[in-house]
Amino acid sequence: MIKNSLGRELPEKIGDYVVRPYQGAYATPAPQETVVTKRVMGHRIPGDTKLLPDLKAAIKASGLRDGMTISFHHSFREGDMVIGQVLTAIRELGIKHLRFAPSAVVNIKNPSIVDFVRDGTIDRIEASGIRGQLGDAVLAGEMENPVILRTHGARPRAIEAGELQIDVAFIGASASDDYGNCTGQIGPNACGSLGYAFVDAHNAGCVVVVTDNLVDYPCLPASISQQYVDYVVKVDQIGDPEKIGKGAARLTKNPRDLMIAERTADVIAASRLFKDGFSFQTGAGAIAIATTKYLADRMRERGVKASFALGGIPAAIIDMYDEGLVRVVECSQSFDAVAASAISTRPGVVEIDNADYANAYSKGGFLNREDFGVLGALEVDTDFNVNILTGSSGEMMGGLGGGPDVAGGAAISIVTIPIIRGRTPSIVKKVFTLCTPGETVAAVVTEAGIALNPRHKSYQELKEDLEKTSLKLVTIEELQQLAESLTGKPKPIETSDRVACIVEYRDGTVIDVIREVKR
Amino acid sequence: MPKSELMRTSMYAGGTSPVKMIQAGFYNEDCLVYDLEDSVSTGEKDAARFLVYNAVKYQRPKDKYILIRVNGIYSKELDEDLEAAVRAQPDAIRIPKVEYAEEVQRIDAKMTAIEEKAGLPVGGIKLWCNIESYLGVINAQAIAAASPRVAAMALGAEDFTASMSAQRTKPGWEIFYARNAILMACRAAGISAQDAVFSDINDAEGLQRDLEMTRTLGFDGKTCVHPRQIDTVNACFTPSEKEIRNAKRVLEALEEAARNHTGVCVLDGGMVDKPMELRARATLAKAAAAGIKVGGVKE
Amino acid sequence: MELKKPAVAGTMESSDIMVTLRPNEGRGIEIDIQSDVKATFGDAIEATIREVLAEFGVTDAVVAVVDKGALDFVIRARMQCAVCRAAEVSYDWGKEDSNA
Repeated sequence: MIKNSLGRELPEKIGDYVVRPYQGAYATPAPQETVVTKRVMGHRIPGDTKLLPDLKAAIKASGLRDGMTISFHHSFREGDMVIGQVLTAIRELGIKHLRFAPSAVVNIKNPSIVDFVRDGTIDRIEASGIRGQLGDAVLAGEMENPVILRTHGARPRAIEAGELQIDVAFIGASASDDYGNCTGQIGPNACGSLGYAFVDAHNAGCVVVVTDNLVDYPCLPASISQQYVDYVVKVDQIGDPEKIGKGAARLTKNPRDLMIAERTADVIAASRLFKDGFSFQTGAGAIAIATTKYLADRMRERGVKASFALGGIPAAIIDMYDEGLVRVVECSQSFDAVAASAISTRPGVVEIDNADYANAYSKGGFLNREDFGVLGALEVDTDFNVNILTGSSGEMMGGLGGGPDVAGGAAISIVTIPIIRGRTPSIVKKVFTLCTPGETVAAVVTEAGIALNPRHKSYQELKEDLEKTSLKLVTIEELQQLAESLTGKPKPIETSDRVACIVEYRDGTVIDVIREVKR
Repeated sequence: MPKSELMRTSMYAGGTSPVKMIQAGFYNEDCLVYDLEDSVSTGEKDAARFLVYNAVKYQRPKDKYILIRVNGIYSKELDEDLEAAVRAQPDAIRIPKVEYAEEVQRIDAKMTAIEEKAGLPVGGIKLWCNIESYLGVINAQAIAAASPRVAAMALGAEDFTASMSAQRTKPGWEIFYARNAILMACRAAGISAQDAVFSDINDAEGLQRDLEMTRTLGFDGKTCVHPRQIDTVNACFTPSEKEIRNAKRVLEALEEAARNHTGVCVLDGGMVDKPMELRARATLAKAAAAGIKVGGVKE
Repeated sequence: MELKKPAVAGTMESSDIMVTLRPNEGRGIEIDIQSDVKATFGDAIEATIREVLAEFGVTDAVVAVVDKGALDFVIRARMQCAVCRAAEVSYDWGKEDSNA
């Protein structure tokens, strides 16, 4: 057993995975080698067609064999119908033991990923999170190989470092021409930004575009260019529009969430970085949307405009853009139909590559220039470490998403969280799963007060700025004690020694592992 | 002034909903009223009593003035409500629909008997009287002075206007007299005067206008009907930056006059007299208790 | 104390607990707990249930609870209410008085 610099105990090897322990948020330099790719040159004679009659034909043409790696993007969220159809076709062709590497969390139902694990189609998973039936199955030991979990930014790094090599990428697109120029911005099942698919398109061995909406050549816009695409397949439906991106999320009525959101906006507005040209991101979720609205109020009051908003974009941010409060919206994912269509209708709302958003190992992306990042969490501990993966009973609840990336890049990262959820304390002494290292978290905002991290690089400035206000500053220890005084002390969750998931940090080191829960 | 003596805002938490009772502990209201009366249906009065008793006894929010509103003076629940409420030891018990001083005295006596049985300090728990009818307004002076336990009176506007066959409006002329009658009774008795709720939670401007009246008349606090009103109402009763600056100037002028041994202190062409000095100190004390940095002024 | 009839207290609202008590004459105490936090607080929930039953001197009861993340004081309150309803008694608020 070895310990990483955060005190988490890790085996030296997990199956054939060699553990490089986390040593600090900025400890790992860039590799010297050139990037690794599986992209090959093609040679298409004029008149060749890329359009194949069905998924099975495309899978056969791709040369997919047992043991290879396949990938998908997650921009269709709960409404995705591409993954299920492709996996079903693969299963019917009898191909097995595949490594499944989607760009984030996938929680499809009917079929569920766990069905393909149980029948041997998939025996390795590399994603940003697993949930539902699949999560339960993995924690119960149903997968022989540990699942590797990466943040949004860590995935392109791993691909370019050759650690994750994709043989066939299936890219769902809501509009595509017959030569592979495709996009998610237009069409009946538009999902908006395809930001998470770019790295796959540029580096996979074979790229298959799956669409339900063939448009006249050339497709415009072309988020992904034809020169990267091997084959195009038209299916009846790539997604359920109800679930891909509904209308804009309504503002929550929960007074506790509104209180936390307003406090967060107050923290941002009190900071010296809150001035013309500042930049921010808030994310999805009830508190995030409310924070966006309160932040907009303060920007209006003080006449402050933002240079850019970043990351996953909801309608609330498009509203700010329309009002002239934000100059550019850099969109790696669109959370609803309003945000999805905004990319093609508003010149200042642009689709960006997820790598440009979150990869710490490019020549420098947006997060390095961001002032404020607002994050959700399941648990925070008294060292400000954050858990966004496992719930109160150790169950898989979510995905790493971009949280650790945002915290690592933004000047001031703010975690918004209620101190208890039902009877479960959210501020604890040690998080169950460590995803975001405390040294990168500047502040925690709760309904019981705001805690600043003395070990964060912005601490002195933020403290000075907030002490000028009447905002309630408390210590993280006080929050933890208050939470425990309400709920009582929870019984520790018992795990076995067997590692079910490996949690990688932005640099590919192991920040924690998730072990099987004892029944 | 310790924070728990500020009474700018009170917020009711119905005794039937654990989640609302717990959340109410986190808002910024100065006074939290756990309710056994109007928000609890007849069939659930017993359940509410247990919830409120256990909440106040075992999970009492720190830094807040805690009250329990019991059922009506003539209700069948009142006696048992008092048995539970006194033993829970809140800061005060809030009585609905008080009309006569004698009612207050009867409740005072019942509370004393329970305190004695339970070995609690007699008189430790105060009373807030809700005035909700014309008789209550007519008898306000006597009610305010009825017992040393009485710490505040509050106007219940909805029931009051109903008792008057009047109409409840936002401008509030129908309660103008009642507001003033209660205020004067409170001043005569030296207790806190609490204004009625503004019930339209979606009308922020209306609330501001109502608060102008509340503040001008001289109320010490107001009941909120929804958490989103709390910060606005707190701000109304919290000295503004301008008021704090002026208060500091008054005290600084007095200090300088004392240092220079000049008999009379003059500021801005006017004399600084004792009432001005007391108002200035009260302003700074209120500001400090509300968490505002007033810094650098000697006591 | 004997329970005379089945009784329910509490709701299925978040942070509440719905307690159903039934008489169980001569067969002791049987407890069934449904809760999302059974792994972390199951023992604590059961302990509070038993404490309240003991407080009333109830030795025979079937207790079924559906917990929605209730804090301890809520469990206590709902249990006390359910016992009084099931035993058809009023609660003796003065039982712990020092000058009783």
